[in-house]
Amino acid sequence: MGDALAVDRLHFAFTVTFHYIFPQLTMGLALLILILKTVALRTGDELYDRAARFWAKIFGLSFAVGVVTGIPMEFQFGTNWSEFSKAAGGVIGQTLAMEGVFSFFLESSFLGAFLFGEKRLGAFGHWISSLMMFLGSWLSGYLIVATDAWMQHPVGYAIAPNGSFELRSFWALLLNPWGLWQYAHTMIGAVQTGCFTMTAVGAYYLLSRLHEDYGRIFVRTGVTVGVIAACLQLFPTGDGQGVMIAKNQPVTLAAMEGLFHTENGAPLMLIGQPDVANQRMENPIAIPRALSFLTYKAWSARVEGLDQFPQYNWPDNIELVYFSYHIMVGLGTIFIAILLLAALQLYRGVLFRSKAILWILMLSLPFPFIANTAGWITAEVGRQPWLIYGLMRTRVGYSPLVSAGSAWFSLIGFAGIDTILAILFLFLVYREIEHGPETEGSGFAAPAASSGHS
Amino acid sequence: MGSIWFCLVAVLLAGYVVLDGLDIGAGILHLWIARNEAERSVVIRTIGPVWNGNEVWLLAAGGTLYFAFPALYAASFSGFYLPLMMVLWLLVLRGIALEFRGHLGGPIWPHMWDMCFGVSSLLLAVFYGAALGNVVRGVPLDIAGRFFEPLWTNFLPAGQTGVLDWYTVLVAVVATATLTLHGAAWLAYKTEKELNERALQCVSRLWWVVVALIVAITLTSFRLIPALRADFQLRPWGFIFPVLAIAGLLGVKWFARAKQEAIAFGMSCLFIVGMLTSVAFSLYPDVLPATTTPLYSLTVSNTKAADYGLRIGLVWWLIGMALAASYTVYAYRSFAGKVRASEVEKHEGC
Repeated sequence: MGDALAVDRLHFAFTVTFHYIFPQLTMGLALLILILKTVALRTGDELYDRAARFWAKIFGLSFAVGVVTGIPMEFQFGTNWSEFSKAAGGVIGQTLAMEGVFSFFLESSFLGAFLFGEKRLGAFGHWISSLMMFLGSWLSGYLIVATDAWMQHPVGYAIAPNGSFELRSFWALLLNPWGLWQYAHTMIGAVQTGCFTMTAVGAYYLLSRLHEDYGRIFVRTGVTVGVIAACLQLFPTGDGQGVMIAKNQPVTLAAMEGLFHTENGAPLMLIGQPDVANQRMENPIAIPRALSFLTYKAWSARVEGLDQFPQYNWPDNIELVYFSYHIMVGLGTIFIAILLLAALQLYRGVLFRSKAILWILMLSLPFPFIANTAGWITAEVGRQPWLIYGLMRTRVGYSPLVSAGSAWFSLIGFAGIDTILAILFLFLVYREIEHGPETEGSGFAAPAASSGHS
Repeated sequence: MGSIWFCLVAVLLAGYVVLDGLDIGAGILHLWIARNEAERSVVIRTIGPVWNGNEVWLLAAGGTLYFAFPALYAASFSGFYLPLMMVLWLLVLRGIALEFRGHLGGPIWPHMWDMCFGVSSLLLAVFYGAALGNVVRGVPLDIAGRFFEPLWTNFLPAGQTGVLDWYTVLVAVVATATLTLHGAAWLAYKTEKELNERALQCVSRLWWVVVALIVAITLTSFRLIPALRADFQLRPWGFIFPVLAIAGLLGVKWFARAKQEAIAFGMSCLFIVGMLTSVAFSLYPDVLPATTTPLYSLTVSNTKAADYGLRIGLVWWLIGMALAASYTVYAYRSFAGKVRASEVEKHEGC
């Protein structure tokens, strides 16, 4: 691993993967907290208010770690990818700077107001601050997805004489059709993470017969919102995203599906390991013609396989693209099944007594995080070998004067810091869950130490 | 358009240094100025509600630099790779120390958090100072506008330049003293009784150190970098910036002696803003001078993004920063007045 490019890629992959654990939780919880607050405002039910306050504490912790792991992401564009930044900063700098200027101030100020200003703001003002927390975190997500969407599907730019990219249309950048689908798909994914987290804590309370009133609220809210999100994840957002890929990155689609050869009526691969050297699948289990139907809504449509494209345009890690995509889709399908079952039992009024389903809901906690991560790996590794699709190769975007040794140095440093952060985060979240929603005076960010503007 | 953004980035950076500078100064001082656990809690309480909002200014500055001057962002962030990574770690460490002090108490943990807070603050001041020194003195840019600075060199005046060399270390010392003075003025303003007295004493003693260091660094810089003088000779109106800095520095002493702590702190802000704007004025139109040959220097015009983007950016940037600034003002106003030890104890109970 003396190759600086490889280390820079690993560096970005590691820091962004760790970082995204937290934003997906905050964005998902932001919607759920808003829902809890809305119910509380309409019914005047104090339990829902306390439930919202409890989740706001978890939101705050997750937000804090999200911020400190997010700052290095922004810096990394300059430190490890200087040639890319020099060329593309005039375009994607717009959305990244907007995120820095707007969202952080919005989110951190209203999180502070939400956690510590309830008495002063009154019921309606407090509801407004939960709405602003939701809007702030979802705006943040939008600007980041718009940045990535430009790298996936560049629009609204021109190439300057010195080879750098110039912004030509601000609105084209912000309303990139690729970005709209990607945003919908990403945010629904985040909602699923929030729902599964809330449901898991609720199931834990119900199974251990602690704070059962809250356990019921958490499970009911999580399952109800979750089942809707799980279905929307598949259709229309997953489908829309897939059509985008089929249209604009057909070689990526072929890699995701493990389709080596062009076929009329291509099969949908369920299981199997790609053998890239011999261009075939090992141990395949597939549904005949299903891929053609899903992609083009016609059972015998022609789907281009990898053989249609020169090898130098293939994603450079087809195995990873294939597996991460299949993990995402597989988990997404399982989520729909679990949540439909849970929703049915909830509707019949027996969910809170069905121990088996509560166990499943509780232990499902890590899987939406994995599915979301796998989705991002599919998108980012699938984009390879391009850094900006069709315009700039990844191998020309890194910082030529930063040695592999320097990159390892900082990668190892971040690995250490992130480990500490992960331990502290889990410790504090677990302690909040153990204390339960009844504890007044937050364990999180006692005003003595901080306002919670983290 | 490029010049407008040069000014805006300068404003953001100066805003960041003034705001986060008080956190850093308080962090450096709190190990000495506070004699016991309760006093340290008071010191931390003086920055508790604001430090995170202050740090956000760094993010805004980074983002703005990225979109307005992409080539500068690319060159400087990759060239100062090692110190930047360390600054990131130090920011995380300080954040953890401040956040977790309230969470993980008991007989021994607060000591650890206090040490983390103090050490990370001190090192942040040193790195920021060294960064400023590097930008003023220039870096070995090549024809493609790239460089990579080693962390340190042999520290000889004629030797190779590095992130830490004799000149940048001198700037780092000046910056550390300045931010410590800034922190002392802040603590004098926000505390009462013994802490307030000790902070005032600190201000008056440190003031002489800062004056001596400022004189030394000014003379050294003008000798080392003749280009710095040229701008002032060419456009004498620029003397307003050093005059502001000197007025601020004198004001700190005057108002601290008169026990008008709020004004003394304001004067310290003025001093820092005056110093940084003086530097920005003497750099312009360069944004990162080259030590190799002036031809390779990065300037406003050869690093700025295209005009269309810069014009669009002006619209949302001004709206966004107006919101951010009003939020900052609101945060400080709702937290006006001195922090009392009794209040802190009450809060600690939660």
